[in-house]
Amino acid sequence: MKILAPLYMAALYAFIFLPVIVLVVFSFQDGRLPVPPLKGVTLKWYADVLSDRALLSALWNSLLVAIVSSAIALTLGFLAAVALARTILPGSALIRGLLIAPMTVSYLIIALGLMNLWRDLGLSVSLWATGIGHVVINLPLCFAILYAAMGDQQRSAERAARDLGASEPRVLWHVTAPMLLPSLLAAFFLSVTFSWDEFIIAFLLTRFDVTLPVEIWSLLKSGLSPKTNAVGALVFLVSVAAVIILELTVFRKRRA
Amino acid sequence: MKGERRLASLMLAPAVLWVLVFFVLPFAGMVALSFARLQGRTVEQGFYAENYARFWSDPAIFKGLIVSLEITATVTIISLLLAYPLAWIIAMRVPERWQRLALLLAVLPFWTSYVVRSYSWLLVLGQKGVINNALIGAGLIAEPLTLSASRTGTVIGFVHFFVMLLTLTIYANLRQLPPNYARAAADLGASRWQTFAHVILPLTLPGIITGAFLTFVLCIGDYITPQILGGGNELTLPQIIMMQMGRQGNFPMAAALSVVLMGTVILAYLACARWLRLDRI
Repeated sequence: MKILAPLYMAALYAFIFLPVIVLVVFSFQDGRLPVPPLKGVTLKWYADVLSDRALLSALWNSLLVAIVSSAIALTLGFLAAVALARTILPGSALIRGLLIAPMTVSYLIIALGLMNLWRDLGLSVSLWATGIGHVVINLPLCFAILYAAMGDQQRSAERAARDLGASEPRVLWHVTAPMLLPSLLAAFFLSVTFSWDEFIIAFLLTRFDVTLPVEIWSLLKSGLSPKTNAVGALVFLVSVAAVIILELTVFRKRRA
Repeated sequence: MKGERRLASLMLAPAVLWVLVFFVLPFAGMVALSFARLQGRTVEQGFYAENYARFWSDPAIFKGLIVSLEITATVTIISLLLAYPLAWIIAMRVPERWQRLALLLAVLPFWTSYVVRSYSWLLVLGQKGVINNALIGAGLIAEPLTLSASRTGTVIGFVHFFVMLLTLTIYANLRQLPPNYARAAADLGASRWQTFAHVILPLTLPGIITGAFLTFVLCIGDYITPQILGGGNELTLPQIIMMQMGRQGNFPMAAALSVVLMGTVILAYLACARWLRLDRI
């Protein structure tokens, strides 16, 4: 039993890390195929990636859509969560259900629905359409996180501020939002991650201004290449850096 | 009081409108479209059941649902069986101060791009991939094994993702258990196994079912993993939907199959919801 647990842990960690290690190792492959044997080490593929116009503009599109759509989802989710937490409205439960509903639906279905709507309206698909879709998938997440974080203490702080003559926008900005800051940040970063990585909505709702996952997908169609490894390794590096920064700042503070 | 309500409604309105216009409306449109039909290249609106009839009677399409269900069930079960012990070891055996690091490491590859994750399994499992290369090099096999370009590939790709997800949710669940429950069971003479089977497992069941449901929803609706790792010998429901839409331009059929997919998820939800309620009694 003593030896079984570490052994099992090691085996599963190996399974979890195997593809990532292979991805990174063969991104340095000095050859045209990212499979064994490793013929030599080169940074050529990384240079290739960094000079690829299409990839860089896709990267930019991904960042843009992730940040803008997350900001919108966070704002809408925040307002809704505050409203539902402090006031009892007729049909509160129904509204909560409605706001959570998109979470249980496959992205594919959300994408198809929006695509049909766009076609019916005679609009052409674009990065904007993708952003709208990403708000649909992230709004429930932001709402749920913030709604769960609401508590009595901030309701009384809000009341105190109001009694002291603060207007409603000031209460939200100076009292409610700062008190919920860790949850707001967590919801925002989770949304950014989901949007950044989302494929099917971006695939069906963009044509020319594609996002990074879609661009990587079209790279894949030309077969295995160390260049794809290099893109993947770079994305991984950036995400891991973001996770570590988040872990050291937001979550550490929350625990303290 | 009245002013408060008006303010609350005002604050709710943007979110509710967004969901209504960009989620409920498109979904209703898709349900309506699923009853239309394709005449030549144009969509004829109306109330026809023929898409659903064809789903039911065309074996090539119906099989997609079966394949999807089989893969999803396999993936959910394997992932749970692999993730539970890992979450358990991290929560119970790893010293407190290392737990967060252990967990962070266990889900680190989560942060690789989703498309790239499936692609990297291709490098591991492919004909010339790392595993076949190692096995042939060691003289264990003469011909490469078919690991990718098959259901095995799809299942491995999925399991990799969901083991990370489930480890996270089950760990959170195990940590919420008060440690004295297990101690009480032990004091009353329960063996380790009995403590696990009669105390820990039932208490973590809601978490397990929530994780399993999440796995089910994400797995059955996924297009990328089977598309990259599955090889195309058998198609899952999302692959068939994409094919209907792309190559065939049959939007009504794609809509009908999406409604079927949605219905399957709702059934799974109902099944889990009932289980959860039973569990609480």
